[in-house]
Amino acid sequence: MRGIPRNLSSFHLLFTFLGSILVLFVLAPLAGMFLATSLGDLGRAAADRAVTGALFLSLSAGLAAVLACALFGIPLAWILARKEFPGKALLSALVDLPMVVPHTAAGIALLSVFGRETAAGRLLESLGLGFTGTFLGIAAAMAFVSLPFLVNAAREGFCAVPERLEKAARSLGASPWRVFWTVSLPLARRSILAGMIMMWGRGISEFGAVVIIAYHPMTATVLVAERFNDYGLAWARSAAVLLVLAAVVLFVFLRVLSGRRRESRA
Amino acid sequence: MLEVRSLCLEAGDFRLRDLDLAVGEGEYFVLLGPSGSGKSLFLEALAGLRRPAGGRISWKDADVTCLPPEKRGFSLLYQDYALFPHLTVEENIAYGPRSKGRSRREAREAARRAAELVGASHLLGRSPANLSGGEKQRVALARALAPGPALLLLDEPLSALDWGQRREVRRELKSLHRSTGAAFLHVTHDPEEALYLADRMGVMLEGRLRGIGPPEELFRNPPDPAVGAFLGMRNLLPARFSGPGRCEVGGVEIAAASASEGLSHVWIKPEDVLLSLEPFPSSARNQLRGRVADWEPAGPLLAVKVDLGGFPLAAMVTRRSFQELGLEPGKKIYCTFKSSAVVTVNG
Repeated sequence: MRGIPRNLSSFHLLFTFLGSILVLFVLAPLAGMFLATSLGDLGRAAADRAVTGALFLSLSAGLAAVLACALFGIPLAWILARKEFPGKALLSALVDLPMVVPHTAAGIALLSVFGRETAAGRLLESLGLGFTGTFLGIAAAMAFVSLPFLVNAAREGFCAVPERLEKAARSLGASPWRVFWTVSLPLARRSILAGMIMMWGRGISEFGAVVIIAYHPMTATVLVAERFNDYGLAWARSAAVLLVLAAVVLFVFLRVLSGRRRESRA
Repeated sequence: MLEVRSLCLEAGDFRLRDLDLAVGEGEYFVLLGPSGSGKSLFLEALAGLRRPAGGRISWKDADVTCLPPEKRGFSLLYQDYALFPHLTVEENIAYGPRSKGRSRREAREAARRAAELVGASHLLGRSPANLSGGEKQRVALARALAPGPALLLLDEPLSALDWGQRREVRRELKSLHRSTGAAFLHVTHDPEEALYLADRMGVMLEGRLRGIGPPEELFRNPPDPAVGAFLGMRNLLPARFSGPGRCEVGGVEIAAASASEGLSHVWIKPEDVLLSLEPFPSSARNQLRGRVADWEPAGPLLAVKVDLGGFPLAAMVTRRSFQELGLEPGKKIYCTFKSSAVVTVNG
């Protein structure tokens, strides 16, 4: 027995120390950026139409990407969670692929399918929906790089729902459709919401794929990059702080909301 | 009513072969088998949750083998209850009637009636997460009964309960069966449940149904020794018949009223074995001397194991007799039983 608590505490201390360094690595630059930005600079950035417009575009295109992906991604996640079929491992890997494709390459890939010179691009134009340099293009770029977050979280959510609950529901007279809406989806909801929030966050922060498809209209990330290139660090910083603030406030709010709703039900 | 013909099921390396079974209207049928004998798979196949590899399931002469579960009208009660954690008890019970297209109000009424039937009315507003095992069991039963199934499939409904609750729920199952008029198909590994509940029972061993009949009959006359051993029959002993009415068990000659030839098994019901400290004259043809080996509780009685030299024999005695005879390990004792208590088990 002797020595066990001491061993445990040195082990504990070392891990705490190593972990803290990583946390500092995240916190310090963010804090430094906030501290270096005066309230006046922040106010000027917030009053700048270009900045608020870009911010709004980032948020709305990210949200559109999330909602569109939810429509297609939740069914895919359910299939991956519940069904066994040949090629399932391959399909799972395919869903993860956007995580490893360099994002500028993802933008190029999207353009080579939906760009102006392609058949799909011409079809979109004839419908009045441009791709290059449009909201649609930006949302598509964000969706492409961030959809693994939604699909994987939803899949884990469905996996965590005991299959017996679904079977019991069927035997009580519920159709597969009703079982999905009344049992599987409500029980996986927390995971799905968490996945949607993560996907939204990832979409908003996307730069590489977006800048290939649309330099204008300008998203917040492109705007920050442009200001940095043209006017330097100080100019870019206030817009960056505003972008980070908007994102953080939004996610904390959504996290709390999705957490609380579940607790009130349990 | 329910008729199963040559049903085959496959899941992983498990196989269920050529299963034939019929359950009558309003009958309480217990399917008895050890864990892993495929009873749960079989229930899922009946419920329509698992596609059989072959065979036919019919209900009231209509083929339902390929019907989806929601069209069958059988309710399945899972061993772990499978209550919906995100719904209240009332919503859980109303789920079936709602799924069958009843209005919210009708479903609520059906839920209240079902809850009353199982004595769960006071639980309606609760969440399943805060219920005890016994309460969950009641709610699950109410939920299964609320849609008014003609057949209730019960998967080990008592195994997650403690001993006292088990007896209580067992009694309730019996009275529910009477009051609902539905047919019950109950699978379990506990022979006592079968004996207590079943109108008829079947024993499932190694993926096959071996022996169907009223429980008293199966317990009295098991179709083969494996079934007998599984039914927990004490004193099921290998025997060699040397002639009519004579057989040898572990080198000891005993008189048997039933006849057989060559190698067989005999069952000497422990309740029919009488223990005494001295030999005494009687009409019983078998009186053997031995020593007490050990004993174990068997319900209200004690099963005393006596070493007869060649083989062990169990005798059922009350605790009072046990004390009055002053039984202890190694004590000399006489076992007396009639030749008619020696039952031949085929196979």
